[in-house]
Amino acid sequence: MVDFRSARFWIPLVVLAGFALLPVYAGLTGQSFYVTLFSRILIYALAAVALNFVLGFGGLVSFGHALYMGLGAYAVGILSFHGVTNGWVHLGAALLIGGLFATVIGAVVVRTGGMTFIMITLAFAQMGYFLAVSLKQYGGDDGLTIDARSLMGVVDFGNNTVLYYAILATLIAALWLFNRILGARFGFVLKGTKSNERRMLALGFPTLRYKLSAYVISAMVCTLAGFFLANFTKFASPSYMQWSVSGELIVIIVLGGMGTLFGPVVGAIVLLLLEEILQGWKPGIYPPFEEIVNKHWQLFIGLFVILVVLYAKRGVYGYFAEARRE
Amino acid sequence: MNAILEVKGMLKRFGGLTATDHVSFDVKHGEVHAIIGPNGAGKTTLISQLAGELRPDEGDISFEGRNISAATVPQRALGGLGRSYQISQVFREFTALENVMLAVQAHAGHSFSFIKQVAQDAALLAPAMEALRQTGLEPRAHAVVSSMAHGEHRQLELAMTLACKPRLLLLDEPMAGMSQKESEEMIGLIRSLKGRYGIILVEHDMDAVFALADRISVLVYGRIIVTGTPEEIRTNQAVRDAYLGEEGPA
Repeated sequence: MVDFRSARFWIPLVVLAGFALLPVYAGLTGQSFYVTLFSRILIYALAAVALNFVLGFGGLVSFGHALYMGLGAYAVGILSFHGVTNGWVHLGAALLIGGLFATVIGAVVVRTGGMTFIMITLAFAQMGYFLAVSLKQYGGDDGLTIDARSLMGVVDFGNNTVLYYAILATLIAALWLFNRILGARFGFVLKGTKSNERRMLALGFPTLRYKLSAYVISAMVCTLAGFFLANFTKFASPSYMQWSVSGELIVIIVLGGMGTLFGPVVGAIVLLLLEEILQGWKPGIYPPFEEIVNKHWQLFIGLFVILVVLYAKRGVYGYFAEARRE
Repeated sequence: MNAILEVKGMLKRFGGLTATDHVSFDVKHGEVHAIIGPNGAGKTTLISQLAGELRPDEGDISFEGRNISAATVPQRALGGLGRSYQISQVFREFTALENVMLAVQAHAGHSFSFIKQVAQDAALLAPAMEALRQTGLEPRAHAVVSSMAHGEHRQLELAMTLACKPRLLLLDEPMAGMSQKESEEMIGLIRSLKGRYGIILVEHDMDAVFALADRISVLVYGRIIVTGTPEEIRTNQAVRDAYLGEEGPA
């Protein structure tokens, strides 16, 4: 039951097709820099889509999902440090550790709600951050350099373009999976719990176990984003787990459209491109102002976020996708 | 007839206030047992303890012979206790049909199903449509709940409760805020359910109570002062003094 005329159908299609063609464009123009920029965008999009599953659809405002990106990155870093180069082992370890942490942390946090939930997820993420800082043998504060990317058999992560397509394929798979889950009984329970948890309990749903499962699924996809981030940067750093990264993911979701499946992808494109463009913006019309923009780009991003929140409550993607509906 | 629900010596205190004071009563199979009382008598507190949202400090609740005092809200709901709320507790962003489907789903085993789409799930759709038909909401199945009228919310409340296939209904003021005409429809609806479910009816609308109830318990300051047939309650002097006063039923 897909409506082929709706913006909710063709915006994702056009954007994903654009992603697929980008390396070709970069190859033709010799601008390999685009592939690295958009690899980063895809990684953040993957993490934000995962977070939005619990935040936008489940009403669980996690302010600590950067923890899971960090865990994924350290799984690659620490294993590589000890000479384990097999990428499937890296991947398995990342998902296992992410799932384990998420189950234990989730069992505590889903019992709370509202502001408590936000603060307690933040607290857990900060514990992860300081744990990483204290790991002196793995670089501590400075982070851990990874000698080579994960060995994934025929899929050669050493090639930037191959890595790019691997991340893109993962993002598409994640979007497909979340779309199915949200339309299935599990997603129905998740959305119902966000809407009215008291009623869900009275109907007979033990909501805790569903919230916990959703939290774990979301966290594990975030771990996957961390696995790619470590491969992409060849580096694992405590800064990946910093609260500001968790905040950035939330900003991406709000920018793109909370509670829309594809919104976080659009949000990641908008936010990361804007960062890139504002820092290097030199059209030469009035250089003193351009210098201010380049230097204080964060200020202008802040203004943009405020405008979106004020005038497009459903975010950039939500604005276009909703406007076309009856 | 045996009792489907038996409450013995239930007590609930909030600080110095005794909201439920050694309440004992029962509901028989197919019986409508109404609970009336002035504002602040502790009617909703009583219902909440039956549903499991509040825990009594003392006393026992047994349902179909099993002691359920320690059961959680979802356990009681799955066990056959259906509750409708005084203030409509519905899923406002969903359609009426989706609201009832969710109620059906609650009783259709676990919901760890990730791939099969709900929109094509006949096991949810068919019983949900049936419950909507029963409550007269069928034509509004695809309306979004936030756009529906208050009276329709009340009907939906009941449709959701019925979709849970309960054996005992806890109806907390089903007529609250309804127009005269809507109230009459709701009375007809509850009358049509009579005999099939045990029903605890908490209601302010005296016409409704005297039209529907087999037995009535009068709750005053958390204590049941008398239980009897509508006729006994109507003529009971203690009830008239404590509650019905001059504006008793005509």
